[in-house]
This record gives sequence, C-alpha cells and structure tokens, in this order.
Amino acid sequence: MGEKLLELKDLSIDYKIKDGYLSAVNKVNFTIDRGEVFAIVGESGCGKSTLAHSILRLLPGGNEIVTGEIHFKDEDLTLVDQERMEHVRGKEIGMIFQNPLDSLNPVFRVGDQIEEALLLDDMSEEDAYKRVIELFKDVKMPDAEERAKSFPHELSGGMRQRVMIAMMLSRNPELLIADEPTTALDVTIEAQILEILKQMKKEFNAAIMLITHNFGLVAEIADKIGVMYAGEMVEQGDVFEIFENPQHPYTKLLMKALPSGTKNDGRLQTIDGSVPRITEKKPECRFANRCPLADEKCRTENPPMEWISDTHYCKCFHLGEEEK
Amino acid sequence: MKEYIIKRLALGVVLVVAVSFLVFSLMYMMPGDPIDIMISDRVSEETKAEMAHKYGYDLPFFTQYFNWVKGVCHLDFGTSARYRQPVWSLLGARIPYSLRLCSLSLLVEMLFALPLGLLCAVKKDSWIDKFCVNVSLVLTAVPAFWFGTLLIVVFAVGLGWLPISGYQTPAHYILPVAAIAFTSVGSTLRITKAEVLEVLHEKYVTTAYAKGLPRKRVLVKHVLRNSLIIVVTLTFMSIPWMITGAVITEKIFAFPGMGNLLLNSIVVQDMPVVQAVLLIIAILTVICNLASDIITAFLDPRIKDTISGGEN
Repeated sequence: MGEKLLELKDLSIDYKIKDGYLSAVNKVNFTIDRGEVFAIVGESGCGKSTLAHSILRLLPGGNEIVTGEIHFKDEDLTLVDQERMEHVRGKEIGMIFQNPLDSLNPVFRVGDQIEEALLLDDMSEEDAYKRVIELFKDVKMPDAEERAKSFPHELSGGMRQRVMIAMMLSRNPELLIADEPTTALDVTIEAQILEILKQMKKEFNAAIMLITHNFGLVAEIADKIGVMYAGEMVEQGDVFEIFENPQHPYTKLLMKALPSGTKNDGRLQTIDGSVPRITEKKPECRFANRCPLADEKCRTENPPMEWISDTHYCKCFHLGEEEK
Repeated sequence: MKEYIIKRLALGVVLVVAVSFLVFSLMYMMPGDPIDIMISDRVSEETKAEMAHKYGYDLPFFTQYFNWVKGVCHLDFGTSARYRQPVWSLLGARIPYSLRLCSLSLLVEMLFALPLGLLCAVKKDSWIDKFCVNVSLVLTAVPAFWFGTLLIVVFAVGLGWLPISGYQTPAHYILPVAAIAFTSVGSTLRITKAEVLEVLHEKYVTTAYAKGLPRKRVLVKHVLRNSLIIVVTLTFMSIPWMITGAVITEKIFAFPGMGNLLLNSIVVQDMPVVQAVLLIIAILTVICNLASDIITAFLDPRIKDTISGGEN
C-alpha cells in the first residue's frame, strides 16, 4: 500500500519489579503503512497495551526499561526529546483508550476538553468551538451543541468513547492507536464505533493500530494482524492469510475459542491456563506450557521466525503439524 | 442546589442550638459562683444576693438559659464579670484580629503546602520530596506554642529582627502567622501529595498527555485541579481547628485576639465571655463545613449533580 509510517524494531519493554524484571514485551517487530489498519490480537495481559502506550511514551514512568527502536516517519521516538514528543502526541499520533469511562477529566466539560487540544494549534476559540461541533457530527454524536456542554458523567459509555475519538481525531493525526476501543461498550455501540473508524480511515487516509481481543472486529476492519502472546509477536500476516491459514497453535486455539453456531454445538472451546508472567528470559517458546504440540525442544530453544509467505510469518517449531 | 443549602443551613441552626445548650449547661455546672468573681468575698451575703438578682443568677437554670439565648439573638452576650463591659463590645474589638491572624496563616499555609505537595508528588522519592516530608513531619509533631516560643527566641530576642509581641504593625503578624502556618502546613502538604499521586495515575491524565498537552499544563490544569477538590474541602473543615489552635499562639505573642481573651476568661471564670467565644467557634465550624461542601460541589460537577438530585 505504500509509504512506511511506523516501524518497530526489536522493541522490548521490561518492568522492574521487587526482585528482578517482568518482561512485558519482547523483541516485537512490525510496520504500519499509511492508510493501513494493523490489528494486534491477544489475551489480557499479553503486553498489547504496554506496547501501545510505549509508542507515545505514555507508560507510567519510573520503572520500565524500553529497548529497541520505534521509527515514526523519519525519527526514532525513543530518542527524541520531551518537547518533540509533546508535538507528536495528538498531532501526529492520536490514541484512544480502553475505558472511556475514566479517560475523560470529570471536572471539565467535554467540549472544552477537545477544544483544549485544538487550541494547541494556533486556533481561535471560536473556530475551535465550531470544529468541536463539526467533529461531534463526524462521530455521530446526537445533539452535538448540547453535548459539548456536558460533563463526562452525564454521558453514556458510547458517547464518551465518541468524545475520545473526536478528541483524538481533532488534530488529524496520521496514525491512530486504538487500545481496545470497544471493550467497555455494548455490541450495537461497538458496531457504530467501528463504522466511525472505517470512515476515518477512508476519509483521512489515517493509519490505525487497533488493539483488541475481538477477532470479529479484526475481520471487519484490519489489513494486517499480529498475534501477541506473553509479550511476543508469535504470528503476523495479512488478514486473509491468517484467517484462512492460521499457523501458530496459539492463533488456531484463539480462533477455535470464537463463539460460533448455537449452544447446541457444545461448549465453547477454551485455552487452559493463563498468560504466564515472564520474569526470566531464557530460550524457550513462551506458549510451551499451554501448547498441545509442545515437546522438549519448545522448552529449551527459541522458536525461529518462519516465513510462510512474504507477508506471513510464525514463530513455531511445529508448523503444519496437527494437534494430537 | 439551593434546596440543599437551605437544608444544610437549617441543620446547622439545630446544631448551633444544641451546642449553645451544652456550652451553657457546662458553664452552669462549673464550680464557683459567678458573683464571687464579680465582687470581693468580703461583702455581705445580702449584697451578693442583690447582685445575683440583678444579673439573673438566682433564676432557675432553664430560665437563665432562655434569657441568655434571647440575648444572644440580639447579639447581647451579657456582661463580662471581669471587665464589666458588654461581652459583644469586648469580642467586637478582638474578632478582627483573630480573623486577620487566621486568614493570613491559612494563606501562608496554602502557599507552601500546595506547590510543595505537587512538587513532592511529581518528584516522588527525590531529595526534595524526602526533605519536605521529613520537615513537615517534624513541624506537625511540634506544638504551636513551643514553635512560637522558639521563633521568639531566635528572631525576636536573638536576632532582634522582629518584635517579640504585640499587634500594632504588620511586622507583629509575621511570627504568630509563621507559628500557626508552619505547624499546620505539614498535614496539608501530605494530603496534597497523596491526592496528586492518586490523580497522577488516573486515566484522564494519560489522555491529557496523549492529546499533546505540555507537561506543566497537564500538571497544573488536570492534576492539581482535581487534587484540589479534597484539599480544599479538608482545609475549610480545618479552619475551626486552626482558630482553636491559635488560642495558645495568641497568648504567647500577647496578641489581642479572641483566643487570648478566651484563655484569660477561663482562668478568671468569666463565664459570659467563655460562653460567647465557644458559641462563636461552634457557629464558625458549622459555617466552614457548609462552605466546604458548597465549594466541593462547585469544584466537582459530579458531586453537584448528586446533591442537587440530578436536575440542572
């Protein structure tokens, strides 16, 4: 599709904990082109949010160690100074958060919170207000003028997420990071939000990095998928390839865990266990303890990146094998 | 909102009436006859009885109470046994001094506590944080009268920079204000720090950064603004404490405020004055609590909606 917008090279993030480190993200690589939607899928606790926050350097600060490179356009965001970073945030990369309920400041009117962002760009207050109303119409906010004067607690979850989206689109960023934008919302609102995102992509040719654990959402909107497990990108590829031909045992299990059919088709499939906390980096496949195909090799060696096509890779020793 | 304020005011009146009854009955039960304080014990019993009758001390308890309350409603707090002056004129001369002293102290306290609290939270575990927290701990533990005496010894007696006691010039205010403000700055600083630390972890702070606001703006506009809700509430509620705390400080600096008057009056059992001062402190407490609630409502629209029942 063209020009490279964001490229992560061997990005690792470790949290310092009481005695040692917690590996939240380990050697993740991917690129997002202009106008492309890249979806990152994985269970809770696999490092997706940490990864997303690290791009804008929004991690809590103090106890994390970020190594690797984050190339955005032609600079490495891990190296730029604070001032430049403030300019990138909102203006070049926008971010929508998981929980719209507490992502807005409770003591300011939502319209003012969006205006605050717009006013960073030499805009008169009058123009900023007009733009807010315009944005509210773009995100299909009912009664735009009225709602701009509301406080966050007076709005429903869906409306608050619309406010967030309006806020983050207000300065026309080239990349939008959406961290589980619909997790806290119900299904009908989810569909509407999805529609808004699609439209934004078409209208502004914005690239979107979508973080989710919802394969339905991915199928609807994504161009590329990265599957994350315990901080590692275990499989990555074109959306059609992954859906048609998932390679990694984890990806396959995730897809099986999707609800389909009716209740008469039996119990929903689950993956036993949960994402492990990795406090020690040793050669092993991080999925080995839950993997139906795991053998001795998986527990003692790092699986290599196996390329299945020029857009699809998978980190596993057992490509092509079926579950015993 | 209006309804709420009226309701709270009505409740406040009930509270003040209850306190007035308590204050009056406590004073009534105290040992010692008010007449003995007013005149020499060498006068005849007859003269004493005459005096008691003149000031209404021979009436039954409830009649005395109601007479007092009736007077209070007309700002007539009776006559001071010691000064032979109406209590109200005694108080009227002293209240402005006390208010000036306390509001200045409050101002100084806030000027130190808020910025330093914010700084300590933002630079948590740095030397400045540790320094402020330790100093504030010491200052909180030190009683105001001791700290006041120390200030006098150092700045008035030792260095001779400031007057020892009195009230005539602004310079006279510096030491008493410092004594009150710096002994109460610690708790406010620590509350501010704790609140800021909590707000710093709120998601809306991340949002504020994510939309591209510079750090200073985020800290002042989003973090401090939200931390202030609790700080302001607690500060307003602490004003009566501050005034009672100033009682001893006023004494040390021979400052002619309400506190000094109260202490002197307790010593000589000048009941009408003690009753009046206690009642005023009670009324002040009620007003400050109400004010803190109203201010909180204006600082936090969520609370405003809750107390006004959701109507806008």
